[in-house]
Amino acid sequence: MTDTLRTPGGFVPPSRFAVPGRIAVSNRAAATWQRATVLEIRRETPAVSTFRLKVPEWQGHLPGQHLMLRLTAEDGYVAQRHYSIASAPDGSGEIELTLDHVPGGEVSGHLHTVARVGDTVEVRGPLSGFFAWPGDRPALLLGAGSGVVPLMSMVRHHRAAGLDLPLRLVVSARTRQDLIYAAEYAEETTAVLTRAEGRLNAAHLAPFLGAEGQPEGGWEAYVCGSNGFAEHASRLLVAGGQPVDRIRIERFG
Amino acid sequence: MSPDTDFAPTRGFTGRARAADRDPRLPPGQYDARDGWPVLSAEVTPELAAADWTFRVDGLVASPRTWTWDEAHALPASEYRGDIHCVTSWSKFGVRFGGASLDSFLAAAGPLPGATHVVAYSHTGYTTNLPLADVTGGKAWIVWEYEEGPLPAEHGGPARLIVPHLYFWKSAKWVAGLRLLDHDEPGFWEQNGYHHRGDPWAEERYSGD
Ligand SMILES: Cc1cc2nc3c(=O)[nH]c(=O)nc-3n(C[C@H](O)[C@H](O)[C@H](O)COP(=O)(O)OP(=O)(O)OC[C@H]3O[C@@H](n4cnc5c(N)ncnc54)[C@H](O)[C@@H]3O)c2cc1C
Repeated sequence: MTDTLRTPGGFVPPSRFAVPGRIAVSNRAAATWQRATVLEIRRETPAVSTFRLKVPEWQGHLPGQHLMLRLTAEDGYVAQRHYSIASAPDGSGEIELTLDHVPGGEVSGHLHTVARVGDTVEVRGPLSGFFAWPGDRPALLLGAGSGVVPLMSMVRHHRAAGLDLPLRLVVSARTRQDLIYAAEYAEETTAVLTRAEGRLNAAHLAPFLGAEGQPEGGWEAYVCGSNGFAEHASRLLVAGGQPVDRIRIERFG
Repeated sequence: MSPDTDFAPTRGFTGRARAADRDPRLPPGQYDARDGWPVLSAEVTPELAAADWTFRVDGLVASPRTWTWDEAHALPASEYRGDIHCVTSWSKFGVRFGGASLDSFLAAAGPLPGATHVVAYSHTGYTTNLPLADVTGGKAWIVWEYEEGPLPAEHGGPARLIVPHLYFWKSAKWVAGLRLLDHDEPGFWEQNGYHHRGDPWAEERYSGD
């Protein structure tokens, strides 16, 4: 994987979006299925668990990237879904995924109720350089529910690498009990508990979007969660003055 | 590292649907989203009024042209009824999109003999590349209706491109135009590691597939 930002040399239409990818993706890593072994399963909230996987041939990733996970039944039936990588890149050959247990969900249901340490699954990735954060620009991160997963990878990377460029996380959850990684947040994080105080609103973002709150050069904003959250949060950002071409959105569907 | 052909069952995984009674309309690696229609766009949904929507065909054409909403609606009506497939692994069966065939737009612009590929682009700046042969001959539409109503904004309304035989990232939302080229030029996701063509039946998901 190379860390170079690819500048499209060809036809680019006049527009406000056209946000480039942050990195070039390794085609080989993206195209090859690898066996991964479940090393540890950790409960985060009543409905969310973290799965630590050993992936011997893992090529490394950047915070914000995701992978494709595949389960195969005895008769050859397969199911595959995308999952964001929760851990910071650390060269250990191990990565973590954090999965919401979707009621009636085929893949998340299996992992939450059947999978145990020692089982194998298959993964391919990392995928997509668009939502990646190499740690080179001030980052304003907005996430809800399991949408906080790729953002937490960024927070963890920021800490592990000792970066001092500004990074802020605004995370929304129904209740304190539903807040994933609650024990890990520090001053960089604002938690919005929607059952008690209503959903994310302009006032939560105002401290970061006014002339006072902006770092030099402005924020690169990363929004992640359900489509409903992504629509709402990205509109708040635009209304607050964040440039449209500095907003990256990952929708979980 | 296990090659794709390796059979690596996961202990205890049975799956919701059995391989035996798998719907033949479902390409490999896909599941039926049924009533759901996930939204997967990387950009902020634009507030684009129908009156402000335009669609342009230029590049290697005899007469570059821009259509307004009303001019596009004056073209012969055409619809797609069938299935759609997203690279994130959901498929949706038997949907209806109403609009006009891309052939009607191209016929008016007159592709030049050297044109081999197109870049479709959106009012947001999103781009995606396609071989010209994949968007001609009744294989692609500009649509403004979903089922019997207007196309919702988060799904690309007021109007989007539909190329249903390829993964849905090729069907540019909020479509603004097509530029005809004599070479292939990767678009937004293609520069981000996705396959250049994206045939769901061949599982052309990522470059290298
Ligand atoms: C880029 C990306 C990154 C993602 N990262 C994460 C992540 O980090 N963590 C995370 O938790 N999720 C993540 N997701 C979402 C994830 O990919 C899955 O969509 C999610 O885990 C649900 O999959 P599933 O197989 O458990 O549920 P599915 O079986 O796909 O079911 C989804 C929903 O459909 C309903 N349903 C399914 N089958 C039927 C049926 N036959 N009839 C009626 N209803 C039905 C289910 O009840 C459920 O509500 C990500 C998605 C994307 C696109």
